[in-house]
Amino acid sequence: MPLAGGPGQLDVSIQEKAYRTASGGRHVVLRDLAFRLPAGSVGALVGPSGCGKTTLLRIITGIDADYAGKVVLPDHGTLGMVFQEPRLLPWRTVEQNVRLGAPLASDAELDALFMVLGLGNHRNHFPGELSLGLARRVALARAFAVKPDLLVLDEPFVSLDAALAASLQAELAALVSSRRATTLLVTHNIDEAIGLADRLFLLSASPAHVVADVPIARPRGGHAPEEVAKIRGEISRALATVGN
Amino acid sequence: MNLAARLFSLGLMVAIWYVAAEFAGSRVLPGPQSVGLALLAEAQSGALAFNLGATLVRVMVSFVIAMALGTALGLWMGRSTVVDRLADPWLVALLNLPALVIIVLAYVWAGLTETAAIAAVALNKLPNATVTVREGARALDRQLDEMAQVYRMGSWTRLRHVLIPQLEPYLAAATRSGLSLVWKIVLIVELLGRPNGVGFEIGVAFQLFDVTRILAYAIAFVLVMLAVETFLVQPIERHASRWRPRAA
Repeated sequence: MPLAGGPGQLDVSIQEKAYRTASGGRHVVLRDLAFRLPAGSVGALVGPSGCGKTTLLRIITGIDADYAGKVVLPDHGTLGMVFQEPRLLPWRTVEQNVRLGAPLASDAELDALFMVLGLGNHRNHFPGELSLGLARRVALARAFAVKPDLLVLDEPFVSLDAALAASLQAELAALVSSRRATTLLVTHNIDEAIGLADRLFLLSASPAHVVADVPIARPRGGHAPEEVAKIRGEISRALATVGN
Repeated sequence: MNLAARLFSLGLMVAIWYVAAEFAGSRVLPGPQSVGLALLAEAQSGALAFNLGATLVRVMVSFVIAMALGTALGLWMGRSTVVDRLADPWLVALLNLPALVIIVLAYVWAGLTETAAIAAVALNKLPNATVTVREGARALDRQLDEMAQVYRMGSWTRLRHVLIPQLEPYLAAATRSGLSLVWKIVLIVELLGRPNGVGFEIGVAFQLFDVTRILAYAIAFVLVMLAVETFLVQPIERHASRWRPRAA
């Protein structure tokens, strides 16, 4: 990890994020959570369900400003985000949805994106006419079309069947490699993280903090099963040393 | 089939009217033919077009004012609890103030002017629009809001592509009930203090017990509003809901 802060890197250090509970108490979701993601690389935040991953993303993307700490976005801070649900505007066509998110994208750029993601025949469809898999692709197209300084993906493959998730993951890997976008991926699926990321940030249970930073050799290289097993071994060792 | 049924139903109405007029006598209830002739005479003299135009302009102007202000206020109240609590008693008061009171007070305070007339009508419609849009604002999707925020959409884009489409069913409901309410109130406003318009003509006809003319103007204006509904409101609604999957 480069120690000097480059202009293209994401720098997150959160002292604390707490919610007020209905009974008047305080529930701490994140505590002393810090990590750095170098420019052009893909980081995967991996942690148990309910550990505060989505809360963390809401802080990083500026939706939630109520926390103690500091987030420095890469470059100009242009964000592209794929939410867990596609979050498309149902009353606008596929193409309009992408253009509204990315008004500066040129026709040629959109053509290329639609082709790569297999959306060429769906440009004039409304989101209600699409399957979940297709709607996710539209959300991906929108996120890439803004040419983000930081691309944020919140469990982008959840509730897709395994084959569809695998093919979308391959397309995403190709897009990420070809565009060198600094990318933050949230997932609870370790295989997904290994397949896409340059490094994994392992999160503890709530209140969440980063317990280990595991670099992946040959990222997005199509790892053989024994390589995946080796990385999984490293992860369990890292988790064991912190007693998690 | 649909059109045939509509025409049959209309024909039946005219037939009943015709028979009833035969029994009631021409002074109390003139038949369709004499009302039609009166309509034709008014149309030829140019009075019909002039009065319909005057009323229609008042309807449109007061409707647009009421919808614009009502939508803005409804949105504000739906989004902010403080504003809602502060403005709600005013809204309830306005909702329950009789139309006649607002009209008379407007004329007393602002004189028998066009401004007073239009303001009175708009003020009558305003609380309906506000209440309906407030419900819509409460039902807005926070997730789409967050999406718009993350993608740094400008306020015009948010308004036009995120907010208004979500409010569309509520705006449509307010428009429907609003147009019919507004044109009825415009007629009263004209009757009480304007020198032209359908309401004024009906007032004159009332003083002369000229039922033929009352019916002629009433029918003419209902036809105009039917045309507005068919050729303006419905096409806009169809366009706004084109993305919804068709009901089987």
